[in-house]
Amino acid sequence: MPNAIDVVSVSKTFPVEKGVLTALDSVSLSINNNEFFTLLGPSGCGKTTLLRLIAGFEYPSSGNISLFGAPIQDLPPHKRPVNTVFQQYALFPHMTVAENVGFGMEMLGKDKSERDKTVLEMLELVKMSEYARRKPTQLSGGQQQRIALARALAPKPKVLLLDEPLSALDLKLRQAMRSELKTLQRETGITFIFVTHDQEEALTMSDRIAVMSQGKVQQIDTPIEIYENPVNRFVADFIGETNILESTVTLAQGSHLQCSLGLGLIEVESKELHREGQSIHLSLRPEKIRLLPVGENGNLSGEILEATYIGTDTTYKVKTGNLLLDARDPNALSGSSRFRPGDKVMLSIAPNTAKVLHD
Amino acid sequence: MISPLERKERRQRFWGLLPAIAIIGIFMVIPMGIVALYSFLEADSTGGVESQFSLDAYQQFLFELDLDDSLIFNPGYLRIFGRSFWLAFVCTVLCLIIGFPVAYYMSRQPTNRKNILVMLVTIPFWTNLLIRTYCWILLLRDNGLFNNFLLATGIIKEPIQVLYTPTAVLIGLVYTFLPFMILPMYSTLEKLDNKLLEAAHDLYANRRQLLRRVVIPLAMPGIVAGCILVFIPALGAFLAPDLLGGGKNLMIGSLIQLQFSSSRNWPFGSAASLILLITVMVALIIYSRTPSGKSGKGLF
Repeated sequence: MPNAIDVVSVSKTFPVEKGVLTALDSVSLSINNNEFFTLLGPSGCGKTTLLRLIAGFEYPSSGNISLFGAPIQDLPPHKRPVNTVFQQYALFPHMTVAENVGFGMEMLGKDKSERDKTVLEMLELVKMSEYARRKPTQLSGGQQQRIALARALAPKPKVLLLDEPLSALDLKLRQAMRSELKTLQRETGITFIFVTHDQEEALTMSDRIAVMSQGKVQQIDTPIEIYENPVNRFVADFIGETNILESTVTLAQGSHLQCSLGLGLIEVESKELHREGQSIHLSLRPEKIRLLPVGENGNLSGEILEATYIGTDTTYKVKTGNLLLDARDPNALSGSSRFRPGDKVMLSIAPNTAKVLHD
Repeated sequence: MISPLERKERRQRFWGLLPAIAIIGIFMVIPMGIVALYSFLEADSTGGVESQFSLDAYQQFLFELDLDDSLIFNPGYLRIFGRSFWLAFVCTVLCLIIGFPVAYYMSRQPTNRKNILVMLVTIPFWTNLLIRTYCWILLLRDNGLFNNFLLATGIIKEPIQVLYTPTAVLIGLVYTFLPFMILPMYSTLEKLDNKLLEAAHDLYANRRQLLRRVVIPLAMPGIVAGCILVFIPALGAFLAPDLLGGGKNLMIGSLIQLQFSSSRNWPFGSAASLILLITVMVALIIYSRTPSGKSGKGLF
């Protein structure tokens, strides 16, 4: 079976007042069948442009896009078997919920009995059966969201495109919709391409994530790999919180490195070869730093500058040498913050928890 | 009970509405009252009115006096009414057909180009309508620009007689009222969210389906407003019919105008005005009761 979507060196430029704006710069990626694939990045990174190219609202300046092996980059939107869930839902205000959901099939020329049956199925799927006769304006944001989903799923697209569909919902609803979307994707077996700038959304729902920045794909991988092994500084910084640290290699044995950090040494692995004395960048997640009372075994000694209680955890600013680190410590056992500003602590950083960043 | 706050709000609302109420009261209701009053009076020999109640004006609309003073039915004025309604209707349809694509095109342009296009549509208003209508005489007459061009290119051998025909009147009417069709349609189409068009496209609608199922239904308030703004003034227009129709094909507007000027029969002019007014109002009320009128919003 070919890939659901193949994007091959696609570029997209827009004319602006002075010259051109490069929204996508030679992007290539493949999306598997039945995959929940997320395009993640800050606004202006090109993720929405890529989605619009796949939907057909824009045409690439160069490059090819194929859907299950068939080239689609020159087809208009109504000839592509993909459907879109829009950010602001874009439900037709003059039609009822049922008419909205049935619109795609009506345009495809499906007969009424088949249409009605599918509309009911779809409304059932998104738990909105009793709203079939309402107009979209009579629904809440969350309800409109479900109708938009049902409308896009009803014509049974080969790929479903979702353009930041949860961004207009409030927090609780957004979290509930995340698991629902994931369930929906599994149940329907349709490939989902989900665009978001919210890294938490991306991490919780996706099979794979493409992190984008400045029109380029930075890294494509599973959520765990993206979080644990970011390839570069941008990915490390954008996904979750991290300490980006400058460090010097003190000992290099093949892929195994020892680096100086603050008032101590840590061990890291690197795929690239490094010389002793070389300066490198490391990413160290706050929760990977274990804080211990003075006297216990750790690699670095330090002092607490700030402690902020945030419910599940306490976040600390820890000074070690002339280095300032963010650390995160669970409150699970103690029931309160374990350290206070001014406390001397030991920091324990296990081997290979800090990641070497390339570039 | 009305709370003091609510009373204050109502008072404020009254003062806000007062200028509009005053203008409509003074410049519309009072003159209309005078017209209504005059229609029930008798014309005097000097061109004024005699203050004596009479239904002559209304009688004159349908009947004329025979030599022996008996009434005989005269369909002449009804025919003028019928012709006016027909011309106004055709004019509205033509404006709609010509205006919709223009308004749609304008609404899909970038903002700065939109503003330029709106200004271009309103350019005709910068010149007096009388002068612009005279210009059409120059264009349409037998040795006018169009005929000369067609003769010169050899498309026709004889000049086509357009001026002083109903066609010329229609051209004049469409020309005069087209902006009134374009502007309201443009203002509703402009608010049409591009995402809705993309959504329809995405859901397999081709261009025609997109227009029929999404654009036109959502533009309906503007289409209705445009039709009303064209049909009603076109019905009462007198410049185009007079100048381009050559007075041969009288429309209601010219008829009324004649009664107040050269014919000096103010009661009859008033009666014709009132009949026109009532006909239009009844038509609009009937329209507003129909389902499409109700969904049109904002008429009644």
